[in-house]
Amino acid sequence: MENIILPLSYLIGSITFIVGLKMLSHPDSARKGNLVAAAGMTLAIFATIFLYHDEQGNTLGNYPWIFGGLVIGTVLGTLAAKKVQMTAMPEMVSLFNGMGGACAMLISVIEYHHNPSADKGMLIVIVLGMIIGTVSFAGSIIAWGKLNGKIKDKAIPGAQIINFILWAALVVLAVMLITGFCATPVVFYGILAVAALYGVLFVMPIGGADMPVVISLLNSFTGVAAAFGGFLYNNPVMLTGGILVGSAGTILTMLMCKAMNRSLKNVLIGSFGNNAASGGSSSKEQGAYKEISLNDTAVLLAYSQKVFIIPGYGLAVAQAQHACHELEKLLEEKGVEVKYGIHPVAGRMPGHMNVLLAEADVPYEKLMEMEDANSEFGTTNVVLILGANDVVNPAAKEDPSSPIYGMPILEVEQAEHIIVNKRSMKPGYAGIENDLFFKPKTSMLFGDAKKVLQDLVGELKAL
Amino acid sequence: MDFLQNLFSDPATYRLLTIVILSIFLGIEVIGRVPSVLHTPLMSGANAIHGVVIIGAIIVMGQAPSDDYLALTLGFLAVILGTLNVVGGFVVTDRMLEMFSKKKKK
Repeated sequence: MENIILPLSYLIGSITFIVGLKMLSHPDSARKGNLVAAAGMTLAIFATIFLYHDEQGNTLGNYPWIFGGLVIGTVLGTLAAKKVQMTAMPEMVSLFNGMGGACAMLISVIEYHHNPSADKGMLIVIVLGMIIGTVSFAGSIIAWGKLNGKIKDKAIPGAQIINFILWAALVVLAVMLITGFCATPVVFYGILAVAALYGVLFVMPIGGADMPVVISLLNSFTGVAAAFGGFLYNNPVMLTGGILVGSAGTILTMLMCKAMNRSLKNVLIGSFGNNAASGGSSSKEQGAYKEISLNDTAVLLAYSQKVFIIPGYGLAVAQAQHACHELEKLLEEKGVEVKYGIHPVAGRMPGHMNVLLAEADVPYEKLMEMEDANSEFGTTNVVLILGANDVVNPAAKEDPSSPIYGMPILEVEQAEHIIVNKRSMKPGYAGIENDLFFKPKTSMLFGDAKKVLQDLVGELKAL
Repeated sequence: MDFLQNLFSDPATYRLLTIVILSIFLGIEVIGRVPSVLHTPLMSGANAIHGVVIIGAIIVMGQAPSDDYLALTLGFLAVILGTLNVVGGFVVTDRMLEMFSKKKKK
């Protein structure tokens, strides 16, 4: 009886992963889906701890270590996940993804250490699992550093050639090890080092604005690395979980690229930062921009009929979502219709703005998706842009030499007035100048989004 | 060649291979048409699911000989990292989705 419980638990685990992912892709069931998958995972973990045995029937030992690790990981993971601010969510996902990659890497290292002369099939699985896990780990850490600003975008000259050499080195070393031509630990750890270097160089030149796509891609890498673990231990739940994430993650990556109207190849090879230099400087007739005072803004807003707020990363950084909601409520009280125009990739991740505004209790009905918002700008009096830049850049429509050319944007120019809140005239994350700021309809309102919004609320109350 | 031979003649390996193929299609199918609002939570949820690699870490830890300190240390580290991936992943996803459900009720 006992020996069917483990496989049964694994089967249930696999099913919860599938059902969970399915539920996660629908707004109504998403939260439950996450819990379903978590329950299945818990079952699979505890079934493994207590019921796993190898072919000779030996059960697992070292329980203090296992539980110690589980407790430490649970405490740290919960704390980190609970404490992290909404703005830092993307980084956190990247970091957790890196942990998974590192875990896969360590498993391979230990398995090799136990049995350096395993048969070819085993060695292939160990080495591939390690390579993918390591690339994912190193890449995720770089992505994490980029998102929280610790690592700056840096174009590496000849990056493609270097990456090609690293690839070749990986293949040669792996073949040497697996065929037994030169099967020494030095070669094994050499593979590890090259894979780590490759992970770093793979992510390094990619612009910060493209990080969500990269994280999604690395996410599916880790899935594949986990699946190799499934091969290693003949473990069906690791295999289904890993491969599911691997394939779903790849599809998700492509969907994200599509939302930005860019191909994956374009993201990975034609790095954003590189082209920006050539594309951005070519903007021709850049006149002067004009500023608007807080008081004028308040008056303009209060006597409008319809106001559209376009949130961007600046709003998230300033943690201004609550102030923004307050402004919106105040305007509504004055009889102004207020809506939010949400660009699918505003912020650092798709859905970033939705989550942020939801945190401040902004009603769901007020958030307009891009297509709907675009059809309403024509009847809008004032568009208030809060820390968004590239998603309203007309260059995406007009300037074929621009790196963001072809990306769908919020066409705010159709509105009567455009007020842009930014901290300075510095270009946005993609490093591209924005002609919108120099249009006659546009006024600039400089300052930190939170401060400006709070002051605006004050001005409105005093009106 | 032995390896390929094994892949198809050994029933256990062949079964795993079947799971892989089916899972690939399932993964594609399951994601289907997801609204862009859910891209981030979905990615985060998938991130937690690949934390299933923790099972490998538990097995490798549980099998480590008690005098092999390298394996014990690395295994311990692997269990911690794997748990971080699982627990952190699910909690972060829940936090993101909590906000979606809250606004729905209003």
